[in-house]
Amino acid sequence: MITRKVTRKWEKLPGKNTFCCDGRVMMARQKGVFYLTLFLIIGTCSLFFAFECPYLAVHLSPAIPVFAVLLFVFVMAMLLRTSFSDPGVLPRALPEEANFIEMEIEAANGNVLAGQRPPPRIKNVQINNQIVKLKYCYTCKIFRPPRASHCSICDNCVDRFDHHCPWVGNCVGKRNYRYFYLFTLSLSLLTIYIFAFDIVHVVLREYRNFFEHVVSLTPHCTVLEVLVCFFTLWSVVGLTGFHTYLISLNQTTNEDIKGSWSGKNRVQNPYSHKNIIENCCEVLCGPTYPSVLDRRGVMLEDSTSPTSSDASAASTHKSSNPVSQTTKSSAPLIPNEHTPDEAKPSIGAGTQKSTSSPKEEKPPSPTSPNAVAPAVIKESAH
Amino acid sequence: MATEFHNLQELRHSASLANKVFIQRDYTDGTVCKFQTKFPSELESRIERTLFEDTVKMLNNYYAEAEKIGGQSYLEGCLACLTIYLIFLCIETRYEKVLKKISRYIQEQNEKVYAPRGLLITDPIERGMRVIEISVYEDRGSSGSSSGSSTTSSGR
Repeated sequence: MITRKVTRKWEKLPGKNTFCCDGRVMMARQKGVFYLTLFLIIGTCSLFFAFECPYLAVHLSPAIPVFAVLLFVFVMAMLLRTSFSDPGVLPRALPEEANFIEMEIEAANGNVLAGQRPPPRIKNVQINNQIVKLKYCYTCKIFRPPRASHCSICDNCVDRFDHHCPWVGNCVGKRNYRYFYLFTLSLSLLTIYIFAFDIVHVVLREYRNFFEHVVSLTPHCTVLEVLVCFFTLWSVVGLTGFHTYLISLNQTTNEDIKGSWSGKNRVQNPYSHKNIIENCCEVLCGPTYPSVLDRRGVMLEDSTSPTSSDASAASTHKSSNPVSQTTKSSAPLIPNEHTPDEAKPSIGAGTQKSTSSPKEEKPPSPTSPNAVAPAVIKESAH
Repeated sequence: MATEFHNLQELRHSASLANKVFIQRDYTDGTVCKFQTKFPSELESRIERTLFEDTVKMLNNYYAEAEKIGGQSYLEGCLACLTIYLIFLCIETRYEKVLKKISRYIQEQNEKVYAPRGLLITDPIERGMRVIEISVYEDRGSSGSSSGSSTTSSGR
């Protein structure tokens, strides 16, 4: 009996993600800054538990380290949940779907004279009495749903795309936005907590006497913790405030940066409930959306029995492959002003990025006018 | 009505895929998952309009139920937050429960309604919840054109 290693779907997923634990963990490719985040949080908290807590537990209350531990556990859980989960990646269109969309576009454009540029690939939909434009993604070969955007770092379209956060090593999108928010919120609380009790510690030990004991490690660690917390406070608390503002308006960072609903085109945010409480509830207490990626599904190599995929869909997928070429000719990708030059030659080269607005693919935290201009400086000054 | 396709297995073995029709999402109510109920012209000769619309409306109802923001979703969210989301290792979310119902419904619809007409619905979750893919099959023994779906000699 030949034992064959099963190939799971995550191994064949396009895009620039890394997967761990046989597809259970999904992250961006560059993880260096994420390790830094982990180091700073774990390092500072370890120093706090080792050097401050014994004194505080004895002289003040044992509840202090207990609460600190709970807060630390919550912060780590939210961080790992944000970093390891699927942010809401939209899978790329299979060839038949891509062809179908191409044909629709061709039909909608009518006859384009030679030498004339075809019109840009945009679909207008009306959402709550506002006209919203859906853009076509040349990499994923789909019209992006509203609020979705293509992340150039991960090379995926993400639903309700907020931004790509290097500090958590992942995109922040529909599925992990609430964990990201809870992470920044709890990290703010933890930072304030440690900062406050460091000050209390110094005061209790009587400022003058405290620093006389230069041989012991405690004063040095306290100073280090205070420094780290001080710089973290400004950045993380600011970021939490900014996201609280966004949540109350039901906007994403991406929309805020692009000024989609800033009102200059008299387009109001069609997704907002016009009520802060309702907006907060929808974003934070909404349903937990499932991942549509099916990372751990087993790829069917041959006609052996399908496993975790739906049986009818699996065989449709299999049977469609040899037949699709005979029924539909692959429509050539129609170049237009939005096609990046390298996308023109072939329909199959799925590595191009949509460049219709470069800004939307690289939404860094910094350039928001609102609050967190120092967002980049935020944690770099840890 | 043709009885070439008694069930799904027979459909796969004796028919060849002719065409695929994609039912797109309907975004008029926002980003909730909802599909257009517009009847595609390619299916005009294959299935009755009312049957098709009933299927899509039922699916839309299921998705609306899954994404409903109300007491139950708040409770689920708060409880999960208090347990730092570890509770999802033990229990299924409401959305996942509804997805299972949808999967069963699609299977049942395929068996009862679509396969006898030479059609097959793919669960939208397999396509990223973007489209409902309906595969149109032709009987392999048919000498009709393989690209059109309207002129099957395996008439009803």
